[in-house]
Amino acid sequence: MNLYAIKAIYAFEMARTGRTLMQSILSPVISTSLYFIVFGAAIGSRIETIGGVSYGAFIVPGLIMLMLLTQSISNASFGIYFPKFTGTIYELHSAPVSFIEVVISYVGAAATKSVIIGLIILATAAFFTPLRIEHPLLMVLFLLLTAVTFSLFGFIIGIWADNFEKLQVIPLLVVTPLTFLGGAFYSIDMLPEFWRNLSLANPVVYLISGFRYSFYGAGDVHILVSLGMVAAFLAACLFTVWLIFRTGWRLKT
Amino acid sequence: MQPIIEIRNLSKTYAGGFQALKDVNLEIREGEILALLGPNGAGKTTLISIVCGIVNATAGSVTVGGHDIVRDFRKTRALIGLVPQELTTDAFETVWDTVSFSRGLFGKPKNPAHVEQVLKSLTLWDKRKQKIMTLSGGMKRRLMIAKALSHEPRILFLDEPTAGVDVELRREMWELVRELRKTGVTIILTTHYIEEAEEMADRVAVINKGEIILVEDKAELMRKLGKKRLTLHLQEPLKKIPKGLSGNGLALSEDGFELTYEYDTRAERIGVTQLLADLNAAGVRLKDLGTEQSSLEDIFVDLVRNGR
Repeated sequence: MNLYAIKAIYAFEMARTGRTLMQSILSPVISTSLYFIVFGAAIGSRIETIGGVSYGAFIVPGLIMLMLLTQSISNASFGIYFPKFTGTIYELHSAPVSFIEVVISYVGAAATKSVIIGLIILATAAFFTPLRIEHPLLMVLFLLLTAVTFSLFGFIIGIWADNFEKLQVIPLLVVTPLTFLGGAFYSIDMLPEFWRNLSLANPVVYLISGFRYSFYGAGDVHILVSLGMVAAFLAACLFTVWLIFRTGWRLKT
Repeated sequence: MQPIIEIRNLSKTYAGGFQALKDVNLEIREGEILALLGPNGAGKTTLISIVCGIVNATAGSVTVGGHDIVRDFRKTRALIGLVPQELTTDAFETVWDTVSFSRGLFGKPKNPAHVEQVLKSLTLWDKRKQKIMTLSGGMKRRLMIAKALSHEPRILFLDEPTAGVDVELRREMWELVRELRKTGVTIILTTHYIEEAEEMADRVAVINKGEIILVEDKAELMRKLGKKRLTLHLQEPLKKIPKGLSGNGLALSEDGFELTYEYDTRAERIGVTQLLADLNAAGVRLKDLGTEQSSLEDIFVDLVRNGR
């Protein structure tokens, strides 16, 4: 294991975050604050509590998940795509590093960054609404698992993409709709039966439900089902990365 | 002595069907400067890309320092520094950071003293805190060399190091390469400038259409090529070469109007002065004279054109 290389890439990626502090940290915080003001304070005050939780507090786990998913994907996909775009990837190819080390460092950095953003949003949320976290350990576990899983997913997108459009298309056209329809702003119990059943095919439902369970002790689906789904998605991403590694797909000619 | 790089029956066919390398065999000796000479698209970059691990070979094998480049890629790549042809750098990092990053990437612990020494040797020390995007093209080129040297490689690949570089920087680059060689680094440079190969290399390999068509010591090559020919056009035809100057390498044309004299430009006495004096003494009057020399360029153009 080339630990120096992992350290170097990780530090490089984290420095990139540091340079783009406005874009990386401030923008998710501001957009989440806007959600809180609009949905939590303005509209939320007219909505009755859901399962004994005020609407403003109800949407917190969903909003954190929303940011966690999009940030993990965009960080990791951009991190590996950009060297391909500028050509500096020659250095990775010619260095004594294996693909696994590349994955660990890029995915590790992307996940770190999105966990930090998640925690910042959590702190921001505490300004707007009283929070309680019933299962803090479970909450942290969900945070970490989701960050790692979706950073892996983003990494795969970054490898697959050969132009900027492809880099954007999955986050925009797939992930954002799934998140919005995944119960970030409502409980799927509030939906008519048909839509409720359809929602169960949306993997994000399980993430948000599980994460919300760690806060308020209740979710749309059972917590173990949630955990199982995250684990399954993580396994699928790991398997895909392994396949890329085996075949050198989109990496080398 | 075992060669530091051993290339055996190396072939590369790209996905589109283009065959960039055909059964290439090449041995590179430790500590030498080898110039890989060839026209654009000859396969130079593909060849070094395979050795460095950027491109996968279709067939054949390469060992570096006795290790296989696929099985023991960690060992082989740690030995190699690569300066690619394209100026591909990050934009927002500082000079210092990017060189330190390269060192880490190649598995070496931090060593500010070494990074400092590399930057100083490339006159980049004053720029160490600047972002890469503020550097000129020549400085970026030097930065890429600094990155390649950051992990103290034993082998340095320079892919067209002086393409698009001004004369002064080219001289500096050559000087740097010579300095590196003194420290025992093996250097492989690709170029399509013959002048560069003549100036720098210990050996020259000529590659064309994916095949190595010549590998020779430069000194040997220059010895073959170093011959010069003096042609004397005479006012009156001669029946035979006058006595007393039927020395080495003098020949008379059939019509008797031309005397030619071949000599080694690097010999201590090339004998031209004596020859002209003797001709004068013998009463031979000249109408005109000219010299011509076959250069590396001639042989190169010849080789490439004939495709041998």
